[in-house]
Amino acid sequence: MNVLTDNFSTFGDGFLGTVELTVYASVLALVLGFLMASFRVAPVGSLRVFGTVWVTVLRNTPLTLLFFAVLLGLPRFGLVLPFKVFAVLALGCYTSAFICEALRAGINTVPRGQGEAARSLGMSFGQSLGLVVLPQAFRSVIPPVGSTLIALAKNSAIAGAFSVTELLGTYRTLSELGYNIVWTFVWIAVGYLIITLAISALFNALERKWGVAR
Amino acid sequence: MTTANALYDVPGPKTRKRHRLYGIASTVVILALLGWILYLLFDTDQFTYTKWMPFEYKGIQELLLRGLGNTLKAFGLAAVLSLALGTLLAVGRLSDHRPVRWLSTVVVEFFRAMPVLVMIFFIFVALKVQPLPALVAGLTLYNGSVLAEVFRSGVNSVERGQREAAFALGMRKVHVMSYVLVPQAVRAMLPAIISQLVVALKDTSLGYLITYEEFLHAGKLIASNLDYDLPFIPVVMVISPIYIGMCMLLSWFAGWVSHREQRSPKTGAVDVAPAEPGTLLPRVQ
Repeated sequence: MNVLTDNFSTFGDGFLGTVELTVYASVLALVLGFLMASFRVAPVGSLRVFGTVWVTVLRNTPLTLLFFAVLLGLPRFGLVLPFKVFAVLALGCYTSAFICEALRAGINTVPRGQGEAARSLGMSFGQSLGLVVLPQAFRSVIPPVGSTLIALAKNSAIAGAFSVTELLGTYRTLSELGYNIVWTFVWIAVGYLIITLAISALFNALERKWGVAR
Repeated sequence: MTTANALYDVPGPKTRKRHRLYGIASTVVILALLGWILYLLFDTDQFTYTKWMPFEYKGIQELLLRGLGNTLKAFGLAAVLSLALGTLLAVGRLSDHRPVRWLSTVVVEFFRAMPVLVMIFFIFVALKVQPLPALVAGLTLYNGSVLAEVFRSGVNSVERGQREAAFALGMRKVHVMSYVLVPQAVRAMLPAIISQLVVALKDTSLGYLITYEEFLHAGKLIASNLDYDLPFIPVVMVISPIYIGMCMLLSWFAGWVSHREQRSPKTGAVDVAPAEPGTLLPRVQ
C-alpha cells in the first residue's frame, strides 16, 4: 500500500502522461480517420488509392516498428521534436487506420433505401448525407470507435518503453528506489483499468443516448 | 457502398470532367509528397554505399534471418497456446456451473482490459522470467482472452433452432457442443480468429522492448553500428516491408477465408464474422 502513498506524485505524473497521450492521439486519430474515410469513398480515384494504401499499410504495421521508425527515424531527417509529440504522431496515425475502417463500416450499415428515399424526396447531396445517412451511421459507429480508442489507450504503454513519461514507465523509477515491484505493477494495472473503464463507460453512455437497436 | 451511388445522380460530362481535374490535382499533390520524401532521403545521404554495405555481409544476413526465425518462433508458440487458452476460457464461460463461469469471466475481462505490454513487463521484470517465455506468456494471456470471447460469441451466434433441435434429439450438452454448435461456430469465426493471430504476430515485436532477440532487435543492432555510418533508415526500409508483408499475407488469408465461408453451404445457420480482430467493447453495468 505504501508504494502508492509514498510515490503518489510519480504515479500521478505517469497517469496524467498516459491520459494526455491518449487524448491527443485520439483527437489526431479521429480527425485523420475521418479524412481517410472520406478519401476512401471519394469519387476521385487517386484519393481512394491513397486512403486504401494508408489503411492497409498501417493496419498491418506492428506498432513497435512504427514507434521505432518515427521516434528514432524522423530525427535523422533533421526533424527534432519532443518525444511526446512523436509518440502522439505514431499512435494517432496507427489508430486512424482502424477509425477509418470503423467509420466506413458504419456508413455501410445504413440501409440503401434510406439514401434513395432521401434523394427521391428531392434532398440535395449535402442534405441527404447530413440529415439522413450520417446521423444513422454515427449511431452504429459508437461501439467500434469506443473499442478502438480503448485499444489506443492500451497501446500508449509502448510509448513508455521509448522514454516518454507515462504510467508503465513509472516502474523503472520505483524499482530503482527499491520498492516492491509486484505492488508497483498492481497500481500500474489499476491505473490502466481506470482509464480503459472510463473510456468504455463514456462510450456506453453515448451508446445509451444515441445508439439504436437495429 | 451505399452512399456512392444512391446519394448523387450519375455524373454527367461536366462533373466527370471536374472529377478528372480533381484526380489530376490530387495525384500531383501525392506525387509531390512522395518526391519530397525521396528528396529528403537523398539529401540526408541515406543511399550511400557505406549505409547499405552491411546487407551484403553473410553475418548480418544471418543475424536478420535468426531474428526473423525468433519472431516466427514466438508467434507460433503464442498462437498455439492462445488458441488452447481461448478454448479453455470459452468452455469456462459457457459452463453450466456458476463459479466456473464467474471465474473465467473475471479472467477474460481482466486480461482484455490490461495492456499486453504491462503483462509482458510484469512477467519479465517482477517474475524474472527469460524474454521468450515472458513474451509468449503475455501474448497468450491477452490473445487467449480475446479469442475466448470470439469463440463464445461464435457459439452464441449459431441459430437457436440448432441447439434446440439437438437437445430435442436427446443429445447431452457435450455432444450438442462438439457435434452441432462448435463446428458451425468455428467456421463462422475462422476469419476473426485468423485476424486475431495477425494481432499476435504484430505484437511479437513487443519482444524488442524486453530485449528478446527478434527481428526488430536484430535491426536495431545493425542500425546502431558506427562502422556502417549508423544505417538507421536503410534498416527500417529493409525490415518494414518484411514485417508488413507477413501481416498482410495473414490478413489477406483471413479475408479469403471469410469470403469462402460466406459462400459455403455449411454456414447457413450462422453469420460469418468479418475478417477483423475481435475488439468488442467491454461491458460496464
